Parts: sequence; C-alpha cells; structure tokens
Amino acid sequence: MVSETVELRGHIIDSLILPKVLDEIMTLGGTFEILHLAVGQRREDPSRAEVRVTAPDAQHLDAILGRIGQHGAISLAGDEARLVPADVDGAFPDGFYCSTHFETWIKRHGQWIAVERPEMDCGIRFDPATGRATTVPMHRVRRGDLIVIGHAGVKVAPIDRSSERNVFEFMASNVSSEKPKAVVIREMAAHIKTARAAGGKVLVVAGPAVIHTGAGEHLERLIAGGYVQVLFAGNALAAHDIEQALYGTSLGMSLDAGMPVDEGHEHHLRAINAIRRIGGIRRAVEEGMLKRGIMHACVAHGVDYVLAGSIRDDGPLPDVITDAVKAQDAMREKIQGVTVGIMIATTLHSIATGNILPASVKLICVDINPAVVTKLADRGSFQAMGLVTDVEPFLRALAEHLVPAVTSRGVL
Amino acid sequence: MRPQTSLLMCPPDFYGIEYEINPWMDLRRPADPERARAQWRALYETLTETLGVRVELLTPVKGLPDLVFTANAGLVVPGRFVASRFLHPERQKEQPTYEAWFRARGYAIETLPEGTCFEGEGDALWLGDALFAGYRIRSDIRSHQGLAAMLGCEVLSLDLVDPRFYHLDTCFCPLDNRRALYYPPAFDDYGRRVIHEFVPEPIAVGDVDALRFACNAIVVGRDVVVQSGCDAVEKTLRAHGFTPRPVDLSEFHKAGGSAKCLGLWVPSCEDKKAG
Repeated sequence: MVSETVELRGHIIDSLILPKVLDEIMTLGGTFEILHLAVGQRREDPSRAEVRVTAPDAQHLDAILGRIGQHGAISLAGDEARLVPADVDGAFPDGFYCSTHFETWIKRHGQWIAVERPEMDCGIRFDPATGRATTVPMHRVRRGDLIVIGHAGVKVAPIDRSSERNVFEFMASNVSSEKPKAVVIREMAAHIKTARAAGGKVLVVAGPAVIHTGAGEHLERLIAGGYVQVLFAGNALAAHDIEQALYGTSLGMSLDAGMPVDEGHEHHLRAINAIRRIGGIRRAVEEGMLKRGIMHACVAHGVDYVLAGSIRDDGPLPDVITDAVKAQDAMREKIQGVTVGIMIATTLHSIATGNILPASVKLICVDINPAVVTKLADRGSFQAMGLVTDVEPFLRALAEHLVPAVTSRGVL
Repeated sequence: MRPQTSLLMCPPDFYGIEYEINPWMDLRRPADPERARAQWRALYETLTETLGVRVELLTPVKGLPDLVFTANAGLVVPGRFVASRFLHPERQKEQPTYEAWFRARGYAIETLPEGTCFEGEGDALWLGDALFAGYRIRSDIRSHQGLAAMLGCEVLSLDLVDPRFYHLDTCFCPLDNRRALYYPPAFDDYGRRVIHEFVPEPIAVGDVDALRFACNAIVVGRDVVVQSGCDAVEKTLRAHGFTPRPVDLSEFHKAGGSAKCLGLWVPSCEDKKAG
C-alpha cells in the first residue's frame, strides 16, 4: 500500500468538490482519510481539507492523484517537510505532525528520508547534523529540536491489508471464542518460527494470570527454546513467578494442589522482600537463590525484560521501573528488532506496548475476555490477531508446537 | 443590466478559423468574413440601438482571430481587471491587447498565480453574490481559489464534462438573481446538484438548442439576445417573462462561440459587480 496526502482549498463544500474527490478516490480503488478539515464560517470564506489517499500500489496512486488533481487536490508530498524548532522542552511546537505507526518518510532537499522507529502519536524530529529523522515522544522534545509541522512533505506507507493472506488476516476480521483454536495456534507457531528464522525478535507481554493458571512452565519452555527475546510485564507477574519458585504458591494458592496453603497470602510479600534484600532478580539468580521460574529463565537465557510499575504494586521488586515515562522509554529501547509481539492476559500493558510498536510488528493477543482481545485487535494495526481463550491451554499448545517434549516415544 | 455597465466588443475584421482548439473549429470549414461581419453588426445594433447598451470597442489586431471573443479577456469588477491566463498559446497572444485597453482606462490589472488557467467571463458568471465558475476543459480549479481570494466572494466550481461545451458560458446563462438557463449534460452529477442548490429556478435547455448555443446569450434586463432558431428556449424565456432577441451568429459558431462570447461586461467604478 502507498499513500500520499493532498490538500483541497476553496469553496469545496458548496461546490461538492470534496465529496467528488472522495468518491473519485474510491471509484479508482483507493481509500481516504480526512486528516484535517477547516470549514469556512461565512459563505464567502474558503474551506481547506487535508486528505490522505491510500492505494494498493504506486500506479493506482498516480492514477488517483492525476484524476483528483484536476479537481484541485494538490499533493503535499511535492513540498518539502516543514521544520520548526521546538520552543520549549517537553512539548511540540503548535501544528506538529502527529505520527502513525506506519513506515513514514519526510522530504528534505528533494530527498525522501525514512523516519526511524515508527511509532504512533509521536512527533518527527529531524537532525540536520546527521540528516536523520526519528519519531520523538512529547516528553523527550528538547528546545531547539527541529520538529516536522503539518502534513506537507510527509508520506506514509500503511501495511497492506490484503497481501497478508494468512491467519493474521483471517483472525483480525473478528474476535470470537468460536475459533478453531488448534488451527489458529498452529498457524501462530509457524509464524513465530518463521520470524525467528528470519532473525526477528519475539516479544512477550504477559500478565500474572500466566502464573495463577499454572502456565508459567510453558512460558519458561518457550524462553529456554529461544522463542522469547524480550519480556514486558509488571511487578505482579515477576512477584508471583518468584513466589512460586520460592514457595510453590501463586497468591498463596498451591499450584500443585490447587488449595490455599497456611499463611500463603504472605508468600508473595516474603518473595518480594527476599529479592529486595538480595538486590534484584539477577542477583538472586546469580547467587543461587532463584533456581526456576520465568524470571530465572529470562536471566539464564539472556532475555531482556522490562518490569513496569503500577500504583497498586506491593514492594515493588527492585527491578521494577516505577516512573511510567521512564518505563515507556525502556520499552522503546527494547522493541528494536522485534517482529512478533505476543500479548497474553494483560490489558493495560498490552495497550501500552501496542502504542509504541511499529505497524510492521505482528501482534498476537490472547485473553479470556473477548473485550480485551477486540480492543487490542482493533487498535489500527492490521496485523493484530486475537484469540479468546484461557492462557494456560494456549501457552501449553504453543509450547508443544515450538518446543516439543521429547519422550521415549519420540516427539509428542 | 445595471445602467453604468458597458459591454466590450471587438469588430471581426480579422476573425477567421486559423487553428483548431475546440471541437467546433475545423480548418476545412472556414468562416465567411462578409457574413461574419454582417452578423456581428446585427448583434451590435441589437445591443446598442434596440436595447440601449453602451458598447465599447476594442481595436482588432491582425493575427488574433479570436480577439473578437472578448468575453475571454478576463473578469472585470469595478476598477479591477482580473486578466485571463489562456490555456492555448494561440490565445495567450491576445492578452497584452486586453491588458493595454484596461490599463489605459485606469483599471488595476490583476493576475492569477502562475501555472493556473483562467479564461475570463467565458468561465465565470455572476448569479447574485456567487460567482459560478467552470473548470477542467479551459480554466483550472486552482484559478477559482485565486479568484475567491481576490474578490472575497464565493466561487462555485462546476466541472465541465463535454468538450463541446468547453466554457461555462456555452452551457450556463444566469438570467437574473433567481434563474439561469443551463444544459444539464454539460455538467457532472455534482455540478447539476450545485446548480439546483444555488440557483433557485434553474431552467434546463434541450440538446437541439444547447448545440445552437442557446445558453451563450447576452442578458440585458428582461431582454435576452440569443442565437436565432432556438425555438424551445425562446418559448421558455417568454413564459418566464423575458423577451428573446434572436440574432443569427452562425459564422461564429464555427469557432465555438455565439452572442455571449462576443462581449465582456465592463462595470463602471460605481457598480458593484459585472453582469
């Protein structure tokens, strides 16, 4: 898919030029998005619209631009990107270009420059010293940074919805618990294998339900098998994982017996306390205190993890980043090279991660609650697929596909 | 017509078919100079003697056969001449002559942005306070943005879809603040909807009369100077309380023009708008 932003000016509402242009775009096989529309207040006041035109390929786009150009739609891409220095720290100049998570380029001195680290809801910063353009979140803007203003000289390449004739397209269409799960999980597994073979990293974003449901061991298996390179979680997943490793319980419940154990409700606090006393998860692993579990596997297998804090955290563990903005930035650093994201049983963390991932990363969202899966799958990423199911059977099946248990009878 | 407004015309001394820039022009079908002169004279006399219009004359220039179609010179508002930017090089040569005439009479010469095309009153006609403007075949829509900005008025852009009706004044003719003749097939669906929205009483013209340039008429108050033989339009005009003043301008049809193309409204400085 290719797209370009055009501008229409004049009495485009009364003259029906705007609806005509939009109709022409669709008639010629394109789609449009109205980015900006300023309607004249009085009859004699002109109106102005910025419309992003998207077509299946460059040839279609040219045909559309040629046709709508006759009705006065002028491509803004012909212009240079407009840069304005930030006047304050931590905020964009007025009229800043608001980024999408799609691949984006800006035009400088007649050349298209790819914007590094595509991320939605950011600005674009151009560094004249290096000639490079990068997305920049609001809080990282520094006075004097050159920020792209308006849509002129910016072009975006949305991910092609139709070219991906696989389970992602099939599943993204709707979210339901009535899916053939075995088939879907097999497809997901195949996709993860392909991504790994191509050198892409796999990111797992997981909630504490992974531990509560007894699925921790499956995730451990995936980590040990080399199918997880990055883990994003909160204090709870790590705390309950360590609680289980140290006490065999999760929130005081015995995962073997399925029963509460005496004084079990204190276990997670004792676990957190133990880690705080020793100075962190890595230290606990190195000193032999933490011998199993997901966090142990992460340290043992060199998986990067970011634990982001929340207001309800106990402790928290010393590894938890309690400044939300710093946690976001840490996550931004760790997603470089990720090509598949698996989001399991966590709503806010998954959304936070979805916010910073480029559209090219394929997302797998698994939750027992259809609303969570729908929310994630509908976030504008065409490459998100959802599966409504309990996390334990999901992770069990995924681990079986990717890291089959070897028995005397061979591979199960 | 407002009393102070005059009409600029140019005698057809050098008129002829010397090139082909619209579907009507055919070098194998030359205009008859004598007949053309007589027809133009009849139009001039109808306007000046019968209807009392003040007509000013532009001196013909050899080598500029279409200078006779003064409607395309530009658009005149009191004290200001918005000069055309012709699409075809053949007609671009007319521009200095028009500009010199207006400059000599104290008009400010205003030009639209470079790279745009605008062919004057041929593609811009007032109805009430709105300027109806044709585009795509000769003028382009970007010139409309320029006009709106210059004149501070609403410009309703109408896409012209039939090459035979290449200027708005060949298929649309405001009669007063409420009514206009128009030929529906010359517009697309959007254009027809705009006309129905902004012209309280649009009057559709049939194929036969439209192809005889019935819409290319000069409206002077309740009188309408129109190509002779447009029987249905004449009848309709009478029914609406107008008086048709038929004139045969068939020699000019060979170049794609009729009555309206042969005159440009020039409002005096006291007048608010042309037409």
